[in-house]
Amino acid sequence: MKSAVVLLPGLNRDRDMIAALTKIGGTPPATVWQTDTDIPDVDLIVIPGGFSYGDYLRCGAIAARMPVIRAVAEKAEQGVRVIGVCNGFQILLEAGLLPGALMRNASLRFVCREVRLEVTNADTVFTRGYQPGQIIRCPVAHHDGNYFADAETLARLEGEGRVAFRYAEGTNPNGSLNDIAGIVNQAGNVLGLMPHPENLIEAAHGGTDGRALFESALRREAA
Amino acid sequence: MIKARVTVTLKNGVLDPQGKAIEGALGTLGFADVGHVRQGKVFDLELNSADRAKAEADLKAMCEKLLANTVIENYAVEIA
Repeated sequence: MKSAVVLLPGLNRDRDMIAALTKIGGTPPATVWQTDTDIPDVDLIVIPGGFSYGDYLRCGAIAARMPVIRAVAEKAEQGVRVIGVCNGFQILLEAGLLPGALMRNASLRFVCREVRLEVTNADTVFTRGYQPGQIIRCPVAHHDGNYFADAETLARLEGEGRVAFRYAEGTNPNGSLNDIAGIVNQAGNVLGLMPHPENLIEAAHGGTDGRALFESALRREAA
Repeated sequence: MIKARVTVTLKNGVLDPQGKAIEGALGTLGFADVGHVRQGKVFDLELNSADRAKAEADLKAMCEKLLANTVIENYAVEIA
């Protein structure tokens, strides 16, 4: 499976993501720049975390209007798998590839720590390497991860099993509605999540709980 | 040239932790009458056009496409 990582000015988790995809996928991902309108033929596109465009206007707002994100949207439409982590999740929401918005953390503090995630739906192409309801460890590092959607959208997400990850009881770091940490689109090929699974993939990280997400996403056959 | 002001505010029911913090700080400063505080954004724009109807339509489109996130925010356009 081939992958690509989107690069934008102000992202700072791109090297971690490239390292994770290289170690798990076996080959380094292609990289695409903000002005690129052509994304090579890949099976998985990842938008890493950071502070694209200095978080100006709203987190991810400027990035979401760049040519490369339009190209990502076209690929997603064709069924290519897309993962947005942290700022990448914010960008997917701003671009309309996922519903809802991420607001300032309820505590108003930047949170950088480990949380526990519940694998709410283990039946997606991204989470099939986990058991349903499994609790995994995962680091978070963000200032704006407080997921919000109107009641109707929230009910639809829950009803359609589109909440992939939830902060496990007592670990919600940001005030997110329904403890939502990650969601998928209706077609199931776009995942956005605030936590950083790419930072928990090898012994040197202190754990490997994030590994199964990338192994799942890089596995060719459908869920 | 047309000058315009766009005001973006959070929708009712959307939690505003920043507004809450400001509310608390104003209370600390002794402004005891302060009730709810909601924080928003103001954009002042200059348009190189004399067509007010087109300007209004364009400004609305700018709000929908970029200036506001209509999932959580309302906007108002004022042309000077």
